[in-house]
Amino acid sequence: MLNYIWAALMLLSILCAALTGRMEALSGAILSGAADAVTLAVSMAGMLCLWTGLLHIAEEGGVTAALSRALSPVTRRLFPGLPPQSPALRAVCSNLTANVLGLGNAATPLGIAAMRELQKVSATPYEADRRMVFFVVLNTASVQLLPTMTGALRAQWGSRSPFDIVPAVWLASAGSLAVGLFTAWLLERRR
Amino acid sequence: MAQLGFFLLPAAVAAVLIFGLARRVPLFSSFTAGAKDGLRACAAVLPPLVGLVTAVRMLQASGALDLFSTAAAPLAGALGFPVEAAPLALLRPISGSGSTAWLNEIFRQCGPDSFAGRVASVVMGSTETTFYAVAVYYGAVGVKKTGATLPAALAADLSGYVFSVLAVRLQFGA
Repeated sequence: MLNYIWAALMLLSILCAALTGRMEALSGAILSGAADAVTLAVSMAGMLCLWTGLLHIAEEGGVTAALSRALSPVTRRLFPGLPPQSPALRAVCSNLTANVLGLGNAATPLGIAAMRELQKVSATPYEADRRMVFFVVLNTASVQLLPTMTGALRAQWGSRSPFDIVPAVWLASAGSLAVGLFTAWLLERRR
Repeated sequence: MAQLGFFLLPAAVAAVLIFGLARRVPLFSSFTAGAKDGLRACAAVLPPLVGLVTAVRMLQASGALDLFSTAAAPLAGALGFPVEAAPLALLRPISGSGSTAWLNEIFRQCGPDSFAGRVASVVMGSTETTFYAVAVYYGAVGVKKTGATLPAALAADLSGYVFSVLAVRLQFGA
């Protein structure tokens, strides 16, 4: 899908520039755009490394187990019928914890492991059941506590207080997650 | 509220350090090992960013973005959504690097503390790359019938955009 979108963005731009006589500006944009991407990646690199470094300390200290325990009242209610010590619920908890901390790279393999466990206990292993739907919807919503990359980018562009948006982020996250889970619950109940 | 923003990051750093000390983690070597992973992640996003930032910049320079904004203005206006951030809403569920590139463009044009900049920041922080997550998780276990997943996830995204506008208005009163 991205193949077509990417090609369409560029071809549309070239066509539009040709029709409106903005070829000079377009050439400049191609040259500076590529360089800007490197500036963007480098400016995010510092914050990204600092954050993954700090989270590594937390992980080695066992934060995943502690947070999983703290989240278990929520996960038990969202995934009823899974015993508290089952591998499925434990995998779901680890994935959720990684998402809360913003460990994107760790969350994906943990999430795949959780899907395998949910599949094992499903009555319809090759068709999404209610638990799988809830789990994937949880992963398509953002439950990250601190939006570090957005904050780093805001700081880079001279924001007065890069993390002042956090309360609004929590509010919007909670609202959209509630709508997602409620829609899933409603649609799954009717099936 | 603005004060809270200044406290969050130092508080997070302090919490991690105190937790690490209490659990007797070798702090500095653990930190550098983790930071190395961050560097690897950064190197991995650079190639897609070069492709997508260039495309976004081209779209802006060619005037195509102005045309799109004019077309999207009535719908965005009805939702109270800033027109500059409308392309971000379209790109967000599809591509993580693409939406980062667009966020960067919004900051460049409007500034991070503008209304559009703030709404874009909240959209980035409160939604995810929906289609990617659905494809990866169901693909990994070979499930093709995804039931209520996509409608529910897209409902969450769409409501997330509306909530982002409301939350920014509520917090900043703009």
